[in-house]
Amino acid sequence: MDGARRRPLPADLRQLESEAIGILREAAAEFRKPVLLYSIGKDSSVLLRLALKAFHPAKPPFPVLHIDTTWKFREMIAFRDQTARRLQIELIVHTNQEGLDRGINPIASGSALHTQVMKTEALKQALDRHGFDAAFGGARRDEEKSRAKERIFSIRGPGHSWNPRAQRPELWRLFNTRLSPGESMRVFPLSNWTEIDVWRYIECENIPVVPLYFAKERPVVRRDGTWIMVDDDRLPLLPGERPELRRVRFRTLGCYPLSGAIESPAASPADIIAELRGATVSERQGRLIDGDAEASMERKKREGYF
Amino acid sequence: MPHDPEGAGARRPLLRFLTCGSVDDGKSTLIGRLLYDSAAVHADQLDALKRDSQRFGTTGGDLDLSLLLDGLEDERQQRITIDVAYRFFSTSRRSFIVADTPGHEQYTRNMATGASTADLALLLVDARKGVLAQTRRHSLICSLLGIRHVVLAINKFDLVDYDAAVFARIAEDYARFAQALGFASLPAIPISARRGDNVTAPSPQMAWYDGPTLLAHLETVETGGAQVRPFRFPVQWVSRPNGDFRGFAGTVAAGAIAPGDAVLAMGSGRTTRIKEIVTFDGPCERAEAGDAVTLTVTDEIDVTRGDLLVDPASRPEHADQFAAHIIWFQQERLVPGRVYWLKLGPRSVLCSVTALKHRIDIDNGAHVAARTLDLNEIGFCNLSTNAPLAFDPYAANHDTGAFILIDRYTNETAGAGMIAFALHRAANIEWQALSVAARDRATQKSQEAAILWFTGLSGAGKSTIANRLERKLLELGCHTMLLDGDNVRHGLNRDLGFTDTDRVENIRRAGEVAKLMGEAGLIVITAFISPFRADRQMVREIAAPHAFLEVFVDTPLAECQRRDPKGLYARAAAGAIPNFTGLDSPYEAPETPELRLDTMGADADTLADRIIAELRRRELIR
Repeated sequence: MDGARRRPLPADLRQLESEAIGILREAAAEFRKPVLLYSIGKDSSVLLRLALKAFHPAKPPFPVLHIDTTWKFREMIAFRDQTARRLQIELIVHTNQEGLDRGINPIASGSALHTQVMKTEALKQALDRHGFDAAFGGARRDEEKSRAKERIFSIRGPGHSWNPRAQRPELWRLFNTRLSPGESMRVFPLSNWTEIDVWRYIECENIPVVPLYFAKERPVVRRDGTWIMVDDDRLPLLPGERPELRRVRFRTLGCYPLSGAIESPAASPADIIAELRGATVSERQGRLIDGDAEASMERKKREGYF
Repeated sequence: MPHDPEGAGARRPLLRFLTCGSVDDGKSTLIGRLLYDSAAVHADQLDALKRDSQRFGTTGGDLDLSLLLDGLEDERQQRITIDVAYRFFSTSRRSFIVADTPGHEQYTRNMATGASTADLALLLVDARKGVLAQTRRHSLICSLLGIRHVVLAINKFDLVDYDAAVFARIAEDYARFAQALGFASLPAIPISARRGDNVTAPSPQMAWYDGPTLLAHLETVETGGAQVRPFRFPVQWVSRPNGDFRGFAGTVAAGAIAPGDAVLAMGSGRTTRIKEIVTFDGPCERAEAGDAVTLTVTDEIDVTRGDLLVDPASRPEHADQFAAHIIWFQQERLVPGRVYWLKLGPRSVLCSVTALKHRIDIDNGAHVAARTLDLNEIGFCNLSTNAPLAFDPYAANHDTGAFILIDRYTNETAGAGMIAFALHRAANIEWQALSVAARDRATQKSQEAAILWFTGLSGAGKSTIANRLERKLLELGCHTMLLDGDNVRHGLNRDLGFTDTDRVENIRRAGEVAKLMGEAGLIVITAFISPFRADRQMVREIAAPHAFLEVFVDTPLAECQRRDPKGLYARAAAGAIPNFTGLDSPYEAPETPELRLDTMGADADTLADRIIAELRRRELIR
């Protein structure tokens, strides 16, 4: 088990926890073959903890799927494998081999194409290959404007496309889980959580997260107004560019060449919460993929991105 | 108790509220203001907002806070809010979840969606316009959805010179209107969302107002009901990790429970006691409303997903017929008699509306006679389910009294319902126990009872083939009955016309008659156009457990028009017969009929023989 709980849950977190557990149970009961999308990030760590809670003393009745673009931070992969071993859960790792063969990567191909091929397409491949009819994700409605309008049970048409105008009304705690042929469901138990809620929960529950979230001296280069970590020797340095050691941390984790670090001394969940309370920069700013085009998240979602 | 750095134990539970009002009352601006003033808007979002305000804004270069909210591309381009958006902000005293719901009339369903999970409604009124039809409509929907707390935020006071008389007039107007709606609290607050007056800080412009700011009110309002309610626990998931453990997982819908307490399982009617309340964090002494837990019990009793565990001293209703308010969400109208999935908590059953008592005019609450419900209409109906359901009236418990209706063909959420009370008709009309069983009657005739349901366009050849078939069966010594659509309409169904509603009833009655004849042990042949898939599915379910064969007499429309044995197509084409199937009323061909007869390639005799072969193959006749 992960460490014992250190603090009693405040009333609002207890409410969010119960809601998420109810959603996980409902989906597990209604779908033929669900899967939990595990991105290794903090939201995934919380989601995984909630899945353990929902089905205790049994194990969660679904496997965990990681879409590996091969460009994740090395610490993320180590954490992923260690977590799977520690919790003894079934972990499926999928990489878009065709994309690799075509030489798609975040540096030469650009973030938009890389995300499309190695994340969106890869996810669709994995869901289709295993015949999963529902996938849990850790997305939250506070992350981005089009997410704010997404349902907790979000139906995807053939090809996993999202049509924001054909969403089912969602009333009370009643979820319409029925699917027609070719349709699948994305389920978001953390819809009503905020970034601060996630960190408060991690702190109260003592949930392990990837150390990259906490400040440490790391080798970084300055690009487009953000710090990019030189995680391995695949990151080509521009003329005159030299990695320097900075005390940085990440608010979100993804492919390392696309994840911007912030300079911060926050070294624990409590520090991060304090930092967030005075935060002036929103979480997705560190994600280079969102800025690609106006309404870019909505477009990616329409195409099947999580 | 360990040290608690946040004062978390004392932190208030989440407040969920929805904002509603007419178009342009400034809802999005007000939420934008709350987010902005509570520092939930970050620097990069603010930069984007400045850019957007220049590009799409309607505030002449000032920050247009409403742009923080409209998230979908269509919304930003059309400057309207289409869908419910959920927003989050918190202060040191409380966290808030805000449902921002569109004010357009056609989006009633979105308002109901937002209201279904809200503790409080924030109702916006434009100080220049006062209480409008939309205000009344939204108040009625809030009241119907069981919202007990309302705040009337009278907005745009900057545009009426912060006039105290305007406030007094509108507040009084609204209080008079809302008297009948049963809200427990409905304070009025004068604000300017755009300027920030009385939103988070008291307005120096409105010294005459001595009440709390909007935010102060939201931070302190108590919405939880103090009344103690009986224990209700819908079982979501039966947990059996191994042979030793059997637990029932779910979320407590009402009341509280502790080990040793007696519970009644509504499915089996058995009573047992709680052994343990199991959680990941260890066993609990007590679980109460809202807690997601797993219960174990002291006896081996039969409990499955969808069952309701309850306090044996205070039982819910248990019935297969009840009255409920229904809000309709589908383009396709609600037709009494048609079968839908009904989901109540974790329980799914089949149901149909047996009677639409009235529609509610949401402008004034009046009851209006109606035979169907259109998109966004609200009605009061009797419903009947294919199995008894345990429930409470919605007013007593939303979790055990609310349901959704799901279209069985498109899987769309067709409507939402709130149960008013149980109808005890099923209990009053007990089934007469029959000492001779249907099976005995069929066996005596050396056959199995069966229903052969012919469907197809007018003139497709249904009656011709059905007649030929019955003659052949008779010659084989089978006992049969033929129900012909036209003949039934002359007698049993002569009170019915050709509207969609009447067509459904026509088919329902034919299905019931076919079933009775099946119970007599007969092979029943029916020849009705029966154009709607849902209705044929309905008779299939009525007919169960008799063998039911859907026979699709498949003749192209052009050929039917050419044959036109009764001259009906000619009359319909001349405009003499409205709602004629295949012309101005649709025919929904069967997707998986037991038999499809192509009349272009074979004559009636050959086709009748094919049916007989199929009956033999299924061992229904010898």
